[in-house]
Amino acid sequence: MREKLVLVGNGMAGMRTLEELLTIAPDKYEITVFGAEPYGNYNRILLSPVLAGEKTVDQIMINDLDWYAERGITLHAGKEVVTINRARRQVIAADDTMAPYDRLLLATGSQPFMIPIPGNDLSGVITFRDIQDVHAMLDAARAGKKHAVVIGGGLLGLEAANGLMKQGMEVTVVHLLDVLMERQLDIEAAAMLRASLEERGLRFLMGAQTVAILGEERVKGVRFKDGLEIAADLVVMAVGIRPNTDLAKQSGIHCERGIVVNDTMQTYDPRVYAVGECVQHRGQTYGLVAPLWEQARVCANHLASYGISLYRGSVTSTKLKVTGIDLFSAGNFSGGSDCDEIVLRDQARGVYKKLVIKDNRVQGAVMYGDTIDGNWYFQLLRENTDVSGFRDSILFGQAHLGDAGHGGNNVLAMADEAEICGCNGVCKGAIVKAITTQKLFTLEEVRAHTKASASCGSCTGLVEQLLTAMLGDYSKTSKEKPLCPCTEYSHDHVRKTIREQHLTSLRAVFDFLEWKTPDGCHSCRPALNFYLIATWPGEARDDGQSRFINERVHANIQKDGTYSVVPRMWGGLTNPKELRAIADVADKFQIPTVKVTGGQRIDLLGVKKEDLPKVWADLNAAGMVSGHAYGKSLRTVKTCVGSDWCRFGTQDSTGLGVKLEKMTWGSWTPHKFKMAVSGCPRNCAEATIKDFGVVCVDSGYELHVGGNGGIKLRGTELLCKVATEEEAMEYAGAFMQLYREEGRYLERTAPWLERVGLAYVKQHLVEDGEGRKALHQRFLDSQQYAQVDPWAERASGRVDAHEFQPLRQVG
Amino acid sequence: MHDWHEIGALDEIPRLGSRVVQTPHGDVAVFRAADDQVFALRDRCPHRGGPLSQGIVHGHRVTCPLHNWVLELANGEAVAPDEGCATHYPVRQENGRIWLGLNNVVSLATAARETA
Repeated sequence: MREKLVLVGNGMAGMRTLEELLTIAPDKYEITVFGAEPYGNYNRILLSPVLAGEKTVDQIMINDLDWYAERGITLHAGKEVVTINRARRQVIAADDTMAPYDRLLLATGSQPFMIPIPGNDLSGVITFRDIQDVHAMLDAARAGKKHAVVIGGGLLGLEAANGLMKQGMEVTVVHLLDVLMERQLDIEAAAMLRASLEERGLRFLMGAQTVAILGEERVKGVRFKDGLEIAADLVVMAVGIRPNTDLAKQSGIHCERGIVVNDTMQTYDPRVYAVGECVQHRGQTYGLVAPLWEQARVCANHLASYGISLYRGSVTSTKLKVTGIDLFSAGNFSGGSDCDEIVLRDQARGVYKKLVIKDNRVQGAVMYGDTIDGNWYFQLLRENTDVSGFRDSILFGQAHLGDAGHGGNNVLAMADEAEICGCNGVCKGAIVKAITTQKLFTLEEVRAHTKASASCGSCTGLVEQLLTAMLGDYSKTSKEKPLCPCTEYSHDHVRKTIREQHLTSLRAVFDFLEWKTPDGCHSCRPALNFYLIATWPGEARDDGQSRFINERVHANIQKDGTYSVVPRMWGGLTNPKELRAIADVADKFQIPTVKVTGGQRIDLLGVKKEDLPKVWADLNAAGMVSGHAYGKSLRTVKTCVGSDWCRFGTQDSTGLGVKLEKMTWGSWTPHKFKMAVSGCPRNCAEATIKDFGVVCVDSGYELHVGGNGGIKLRGTELLCKVATEEEAMEYAGAFMQLYREEGRYLERTAPWLERVGLAYVKQHLVEDGEGRKALHQRFLDSQQYAQVDPWAERASGRVDAHEFQPLRQVG
Repeated sequence: MHDWHEIGALDEIPRLGSRVVQTPHGDVAVFRAADDQVFALRDRCPHRGGPLSQGIVHGHRVTCPLHNWVLELANGEAVAPDEGCATHYPVRQENGRIWLGLNNVVSLATAARETA
């Protein structure tokens, strides 16, 4: 028999938990839902657009009644639960409907706070919380009532005031303080917001304390402490919310301001869980939607008995949903004596942006008028990114970082036919349709259903903008993203554990970190294999079955299932003997295409898999080895001819390139790693868009790091200048080793450097000479296990022979 | 009706790996999961024809090497939200030997469709 789960509260948090639960454990529970409102489940944060007449109630429904029926969920809509009998494990509704439970989920939400003053129970005095309140406001407007007073100049109050004004009422907003939305805005932004709302016709009474609501049966006016009275046909109280804890308290479940839960969303009664606005977690209560989403995910994980997910609290951001007013706020925006503020103010354009920064990390942001980069700043804040590299232009936005993709576009202004994802040809309309019809909430879901941003990822920002625009900000607020869906742990945590626990095999990692899948997936296995061999060279065994096919068979798979072969040409040098061998191989094996690569080598395309060992044997015979053009590894060292031939050359750039390639070939890295050496500042080898680039000058060698061509072009940053080739080599080895030890799998040096900051790398390589030598030595030590030509091993037939021959021919 | 062919020993396929059996109607990928269960699918991803035998095997699934579609080894169905299906074939193990069942009528029809 299935266990019984009862959910009290048919709001967003509870239903999201059920949806998550149904995804991971669809058959575990027989589910019953009690909701006090007589509807299915709707998106409460979109009530403001309904009030403003921009959306209808139908448009904000998330799950209609059929949804429950299709999933076999019993829904008691319009029935309020009044008692929980914990001893008998039953909940009882006001109409005596009874439901037994094995697990109980409380998602009772919050209720608006009513100021305790005379007259607050008069007809026409309402709050702004549910569909009923919206109907009451719309009815008042339609009945020709003239004067509305909104008490409370916070987020909800302003949205209510704006909606009522749009419905034709004269609205006065009353606020106790002198600053609107003081929990989200600083004085400057609040003043701009007020001016803009006044221009639209709202009136404000600031610093006004309401002492009484006047009227007999129905409200007629409002009186303030200074004696002022104003007329009112409708009063909306929007002064804050209080977690709904009555039911929990009566049942003896421990509550403080909210229902107290631990990091697994469990209350003091182990059979009872709670999520959403009714909850108090680590002393915090939340009234925004993003934290509820995370709580739902964690809670579902535990209800499904997976037991491996933890909620650690949320950082939140806010947007005001008033059409035509762009406002964004996140984190600590008021700063402090140890914080810096970067401010941009353009009164005429109505733009104000302020970032609060501490130790080169974003602490908070307030933006008014231009909020396109809000999500980006929020991401920098959550990920604790070092912004020193682009601090001087950070206020101009992400587009100013030199994003060659789609940065800076306003996705809302784009036409439905506009292509968003260039890799998979997905247009805006298709994404919008998928989000609405498939009820998608997260970036991962949009990727799975539409393939948008699922390939190179350069349009991720646009897809996130679309999601945010359509649903509000549901993005995860946690700083650490799980490595893949097989685990809750992040890349950094997994790698730290491998090092600290001395784990040397995939099995040991799966067991120690309690992987959710028996043997991982195509995302985590290659990552773990890299972390293992990079952390324990010579000790951890390289697991071929956990490598992508290219690294398993040491060639690049092509769209038709054939392979391409690129032999190494040290520093881009070759000779007649090698060229003849390449020509002979191309003839002998009828290789259809021969092409010069961007890395100064020659690519043989269209080789049949079973021919690979024979092709390699012939190339080996001419002295050539694998170019690792297929690997997350050292690729090439590109060079110019340098002082040997060039009249401008200052140093032997070709010779240094060959030395660097001899030292570093065969090493595995988090992502591909490219180098170049240019013989003079004319930089013909394009060293300043490589992971490690050397530009020779008359007095020595400039070392540049963290550049790449590719999806997002990024120039290098200057690490330092050295006098000798030996130093250049030592820095190269040390830099590669630091990246190997700390870069996340599939993170190139450019985003890694943006994440940790150039100052961090300088500290380890330039300022700490001993540390640099140690890093370089570790690199050299690991190379003794890596510098074995994989082609020769396989051409001999002794390694992985099964990869290149069919098992059997039948028929 | 299936024609059963003996195709080799279990040890000849690496755990979490795959080998190809060549048949007159096209290649068949034979997979060995971590629990030593063996499965057989036509060696063509329903998406863009990628060779499934070259993919990463995890659980009772394989990920196509070309565009990361994930298919169920037991029935060839793509994991949602992707939609598509690779032909699957019955497999038997007897005394460490693997037998592959090829249905001539069906596989001929499939081959005809794919070459058309």
